[in-house]
Amino acid sequence: MDVRDGLLYTDEHEWLRVEGDTATVGITAYAADQLGDVVFVELPALGRSLRRAEAFGVVESVKAVSDLFAPVDGEVVEVNQALVGKPELLNSDPYGEGWIARVRLAEPASDGEGLKDADAYRRMIGA
Amino acid sequence: MNEQVDGSSPPFGAADTVCPAVGAALQPTLDELSRPGRRASRIPHPPADALAGIPADQLRALPPALPEVDEPETVRHFVNLSHLNYAVDTGFYPLGSCTMKWNPKINEWAARLPGFADLHPLVPDALAQGTLELLWDLERWLCEISGMRAVTLQPAAGAQGELTGILMVRAYHRSRGDTERSEIIVPDSSHGTNPATASMAGYRTITVRSDARGGVDLDALRAVLGPRTAALMLTNPSTLGLFEERVCEIVDAVHEAGGLAYMDGANMNAILGKFRPGDAGFDVMHVNVHKTFSTPHGGGGPGAGPVAVGEKLLPFLPSPRVLRGDDGTFRLERPGERPASIGRVRSYVGSTGVLVRAYAYLLAHGGSGLEEVSEDAVLAANYLRHRLRGTYEIPYDRVCKHEFVASAANLKREAGVRTLDVAKRLIDHGHHPPTIYFPLIVEEALLIEPTETESLETLDDFAGAMEAIAAEAHVNPEALHSAPHTAPVRRLDEATAARQPDLHWRPMTGAQMPCLD
Repeated sequence: MDVRDGLLYTDEHEWLRVEGDTATVGITAYAADQLGDVVFVELPALGRSLRRAEAFGVVESVKAVSDLFAPVDGEVVEVNQALVGKPELLNSDPYGEGWIARVRLAEPASDGEGLKDADAYRRMIGA
Repeated sequence: MNEQVDGSSPPFGAADTVCPAVGAALQPTLDELSRPGRRASRIPHPPADALAGIPADQLRALPPALPEVDEPETVRHFVNLSHLNYAVDTGFYPLGSCTMKWNPKINEWAARLPGFADLHPLVPDALAQGTLELLWDLERWLCEISGMRAVTLQPAAGAQGELTGILMVRAYHRSRGDTERSEIIVPDSSHGTNPATASMAGYRTITVRSDARGGVDLDALRAVLGPRTAALMLTNPSTLGLFEERVCEIVDAVHEAGGLAYMDGANMNAILGKFRPGDAGFDVMHVNVHKTFSTPHGGGGPGAGPVAVGEKLLPFLPSPRVLRGDDGTFRLERPGERPASIGRVRSYVGSTGVLVRAYAYLLAHGGSGLEEVSEDAVLAANYLRHRLRGTYEIPYDRVCKHEFVASAANLKREAGVRTLDVAKRLIDHGHHPPTIYFPLIVEEALLIEPTETESLETLDDFAGAMEAIAAEAHVNPEALHSAPHTAPVRRLDEATAARQPDLHWRPMTGAQMPCLD
């Protein structure tokens, strides 16, 4: 299962790419595989301030409806509008075109605080 | 819908298996059958003065744009459609969590007795004594089965029963001035309706995880219990088909925190005569008569989800209740007679036709018969669990109740075949697939509930089909990926159907049809 080095991961199978004071958020290839074909993504509102672990969006697949949980505290500064018309991007390219939102971090993110590095995430999913 | 319709002979037809009798093609819609001016009957035109009392702006200018069809093609349309149905009347239906048991036909006889079927819901109590007595008896019997103090028969389904129960919980806390309780705790193996109910009633849902044996993790539960806890909603047996081994400790812990304990009784079929939730201290629960007490799933109109309560919630039961006077006659509570009531949750007294069926079932079985129902349901589930062990993974491989979870994770790893493919291939073998991908905490889950009403031959036939499919996955996975092959429609592309729905509608009135008269 595809787990990318250099990203941070959560127990809820989300990934985080930190660049300066913003982070891009998506779901992992493992999560996309578990969900099956994604048919709908509900994105957070621009400007919304997030608290870590609160639900900030929804992913619906042919199997289940799942909440997206904020991996960090911060403010939503950009959302991936392409997912509205093409939710299948979550399945085909979860670490690239299937990104979900960009968040301006309230404080610097690092592993700890519920975030794992790639090796720890690989151990968690048994990859 | 995006579907592949294929009338040609199936390339992977399951040999020597019985397929349900289905038509070779789908049926045209009534709109497609419609021809201008065609009629099944002619409705007399109303006398001129009948329309005079209706305000002019409320009168229809054009007839409604309904399909225009004659009687034979209408009847054939629906009969042919019914032949495409799969039901407990046509075959085995091991849909886990749904208890698709046989619905004895004597229930239908009882519900159709004119004294019940033709009773107008607004007749005075004096003319409805038989129905009121039946409802009163049914409430008492459900009290006996659940170990609770009283029952309301009003809710129209299990989910409405849950909401009714939680609204009573809210009324209880408020009546004590305890307004800080804003959270409802739900285990991760619960029914999806439990968190939905909590949200509908205005509560925040707190999820607690299951432990390694599939029960509620007591430490995790204790960590979230507190002064904000309004209630715990526990499905027992759980959706893993497992009885909560520490149910009394769980209920006690909730009570110590000042919360109430709700039991989702959807899985009562496993515990009739064996475990009474009231005895374990539960304060409120619902039962699904369409699961446990053999009333039809859908089809017969609205359902029923009676709710049973213990001492604490008695004052809050929905009104009107059925009361028995000292002279043995029955009457409905009058409006305002019990001010603490949460009020009506449904019109009249409930889905009486469905409740008559449940009454007939209970009367036909009696106490020892109901106990046998649960024993046989549990036996059938454990038999299948043993048969399929080794062919499929059994994630919680201990004695189960009325259902168990299998997993096709081994087939996914070894042959690239998923649970969805197994389920679709089962259709070719003539069986309704089990519930799949639920509960969510098991990978590639198959939730299998055979119920007590199936013969050993049927269980063996199903197990044989499951084994044949697992063997086929290794030699011919494509036959599974493209299944079903013998159903009226092939594999539906659910993802595209959901992503790009192809919806059509017609206006309810239109100029395309001239008024005949």
